[in-house]
Amino acid sequence: MDKKNPTLFQMIAVLMAIALICAAAVSLVYKATKPVIEQSQLNKKIQTVSKIVPEFDNSPVEESFYVKTANGKDSLQFYPAKKAGELVGMGVSTFSEKGYGGRIDILVGFKPDGTIYNTEVVKLNETPGLGDKSDKAKSNWAEQFNDKNPQTFKLLVKKDGGDVDAISAATITSRAYTEAISTAYNTFMSHTNGTKPEGTSGATIKNN
Amino acid sequence: MSKLQILTKGILKENPALVLILGMCPTLGVTTSATNGLGMGLATTFVILLSNVVISLIKNLIPNNVHIPAYIVVIASIVTILQQLMEAYMPSLFNALGLFIPLIVVNCIVLGRAEAFASKNNVIDSALDGLGMGYGFTLALTVLGAIREILGSGSIFGFNFLHSDGIIGFVLAPGAFLVLGLLIAGAKILTKKIYKKD
Repeated sequence: MDKKNPTLFQMIAVLMAIALICAAAVSLVYKATKPVIEQSQLNKKIQTVSKIVPEFDNSPVEESFYVKTANGKDSLQFYPAKKAGELVGMGVSTFSEKGYGGRIDILVGFKPDGTIYNTEVVKLNETPGLGDKSDKAKSNWAEQFNDKNPQTFKLLVKKDGGDVDAISAATITSRAYTEAISTAYNTFMSHTNGTKPEGTSGATIKNN
Repeated sequence: MSKLQILTKGILKENPALVLILGMCPTLGVTTSATNGLGMGLATTFVILLSNVVISLIKNLIPNNVHIPAYIVVIASIVTILQQLMEAYMPSLFNALGLFIPLIVVNCIVLGRAEAFASKNNVIDSALDGLGMGYGFTLALTVLGAIREILGSGSIFGFNFLHSDGIIGFVLAPGAFLVLGLLIAGAKILTKKIYKKD
């Protein structure tokens, strides 16, 4: 084939052939890795849930269900942790749209009386070195929520009149993290009391 | 050019990040820590190596007019396959780098080596070139990441020795530009000293 002056047909044929071969290779690898990826994502979920609730002997991920939040638009996924048939904790998959880098997803575990057992970051996109300190892998900031009951521990950063120490230079991230916990708490409490969720989350986010 | 020269030119003389100033997007974006820089460098090395080999194998079948789209399709497929394999078999590394992996497609080093080297040389030389450029890039990213991590968060490879915050600016974008500028200057001085006689 003349590399310098190819015919139109040659060019189309070469590009088609390359695209076909590449598409075949990508879809083969996709097929082969799909079950492995799904399994590892499921394992990760089970692992994360078991970190945020007390010891259990059921399978919270399989028994999970959805509960609508106060605003009625969003639903949070609940992971009930039971031991010998009795509820010992509830993992709540919650989020906030108000992070510095957009949406943050976290898991919050509650004891049946509403005390926060533990929290864990699922996905966030905050500034490295600042906002990402809310992730336990980076700093122990988020540990301040453990064993606090939001009835006495006001879920607002100190700047807004609450009890939460904000990460220095990352108040917006701290607010979003706190708001996500607050949403989870309100939804969880209204679910356990069987009442309608009262108001929206306590956190009023100001943009500054 | 000898095989050894092809393999080693990426370290300093033609370092992709510090001398050719290619691939600035990942260079500035991911190097907030030494670990991120190293991981990104290794992933990029893998892609350059594979794409160089594949492209030097098919270079005679591709008409000149359509070689750029053909190369891009090959590179994008290799990156996608790498991403799927990493997600399946190295989930922890994938979680650390996940966001940056698709960016390798548009890393100009990969297309640059395909265009400047692999499309003109045989398979073995192209593989050596890919490897050399890859670890030159890895070296630059790791050093840049290490300096930013030490100054910015007082730790190195995730190991915190300062037990307090560093200079925040070095973790943010301005720090990346500052450190990169100094590294480029340093590479220039070193090159002049070592290759004076050339």
